[in-house]
Amino acid sequence: MSNKRRYGEFGACIRNRAMLYIELVRMEFVNNLAYRSSYFTGIFNYTIQIGAYFFLWDAIYTGRKMLGGLNKEEMITYVIVAWVVRSFYFSNLDRRVAVEIRDGKIALELIRPYNYQMVKYARAFGEAIFRVLFFALPAGIAIYLIRPFGLPSWQNGLIFLLTLAGSFMINAQISMIAGFLAFFTQSTSGIYRAKRVIMDLFSGLLLPISFYPAWARDIIKFFPFQAVSYMPNLIYLGKLSGLAALKVVFLQLFWIAVLGLVAIWFWRFAVKHVVIQGG
Amino acid sequence: MKFMGGLQRSVSRHLYIFFYYTAQYIKTKMAYRADFFIYVFSDLLLQSVNLIFILVVFTKVPAIKGWTRDQVLFIYGFFLIPFAVYSGFLNHLFDVPEKYVLEGELDRILVRPLNAWYQVVVETMNPELLVGAPAGVAIMIYSGRAMGLVWTWWDIPLAIVLIFGATMIYAGVYTFLASLGFWTEGNIGLMPMVYNLSNYGRYPMTVYRGPVRFILTWVLPFAFVGFYPSTLLMHRYDFAWYALLTPVIGIISFTIAYRVWVAGIRRYRGTGS
Repeated sequence: MSNKRRYGEFGACIRNRAMLYIELVRMEFVNNLAYRSSYFTGIFNYTIQIGAYFFLWDAIYTGRKMLGGLNKEEMITYVIVAWVVRSFYFSNLDRRVAVEIRDGKIALELIRPYNYQMVKYARAFGEAIFRVLFFALPAGIAIYLIRPFGLPSWQNGLIFLLTLAGSFMINAQISMIAGFLAFFTQSTSGIYRAKRVIMDLFSGLLLPISFYPAWARDIIKFFPFQAVSYMPNLIYLGKLSGLAALKVVFLQLFWIAVLGLVAIWFWRFAVKHVVIQGG
Repeated sequence: MKFMGGLQRSVSRHLYIFFYYTAQYIKTKMAYRADFFIYVFSDLLLQSVNLIFILVVFTKVPAIKGWTRDQVLFIYGFFLIPFAVYSGFLNHLFDVPEKYVLEGELDRILVRPLNAWYQVVVETMNPELLVGAPAGVAIMIYSGRAMGLVWTWWDIPLAIVLIFGATMIYAGVYTFLASLGFWTEGNIGLMPMVYNLSNYGRYPMTVYRGPVRFILTWVLPFAFVGFYPSTLLMHRYDFAWYALLTPVIGIISFTIAYRVWVAGIRRYRGTGS
């Protein structure tokens, strides 16, 4: 009897928690909705940026069939998909966390009855849903109308969509850990930029990892970055399919678990050694 | 004679104020010394992304539309110099529509007996970002050597004139965009777009198709910020006429932009508070 009651309480507790995080996702989505016009210029920005890489790769491929295992058409699709997907998983999580730490607002967060990291992920996810609807999809469609690019087979398309959830989570976790570095240095822009450089280069956003020399690929292999962009893109292009594609999903799960542990450890360590500015 | 004396006094007064602002700036930055160096270092890191892109691509191909690795590196090195001046002094013209016009900060500027544009620039500058310029020179020297370039004495004054022109183009474009803030009264999000477009100037124009090349040459002349002038310095003469136009385009664009700025200042009525 008492066991059953305890279980019931536990269930209610879980349900309440879930409701809290779902509410946070919804809240962030609605918040972003208020600023949707500012995303409109973002679409133009992305188009200009993608345009630069389109012209460059177009020129790089003149007189060549294959580079790094991709032909020209695949490369152009790769670049477009990589950037459009980035517009979905990108978040200011690192900046938000770092600024909260720098300004000491983190102290207020510490006394609130919820899990700090979960709240941040929930809000980032709300923003990501918004970004899919108002940024990634319109940008993808607009670019497709200007310059049609390759579409995946339906099996690969489905696995690709699944890996996008992994891309979002891994990117969010890396951002979270980067944000926590603000506990150790007050230079938030330094952290933000260093993370950006690493992600741009090693996630495969700017260059497919297959372009790097063998020694660099061997190092990149030991990090979670290429699971964010490079591997999902290969699934989209059909370079990885079937079992190999499913392996990517499991690799992402592996990294989500590892990064989750690292983030928790970082958080515990940092909270013990927290120095609040002027406090 | 009297005019020359006046000019001399004016220049020395502006220089004096510049050094005074710089001294204050260094004091504020030295309060968080380590963070300051991280900031400078991370800026160089951010720039190195494009360098790595170029280096990696050229491990796969010997040339891009007839441009070798060393030539593309040389263009990139040149581009870094006006870009360093832009990031050090002109980047925060970005703040004008929002901070200075909408929030009325310009009131404070306008009551002082010093040129308003100059005040905004020295108030918001990050002169430490000039470190990008020596990095650019180093890349030019390295790639110049690699392609067997023999420098002559006139390359140095020529380089100075070309860098001056390229910087004036940056100043012109960003002053113009900032001045639009007097009419729009707030940000309209044009600056990040133009920033992305300016990055097109670091690659050979032959990469781009007709309309894009036209825009980069005659509308938002970022082709003159990197590509055209650097071809002349690497002694490739197929774009010599464009290269020689660099200072002319620079002076024209800054003159137009500064007139728009002055018209904007005249229009400015404060926030009314």
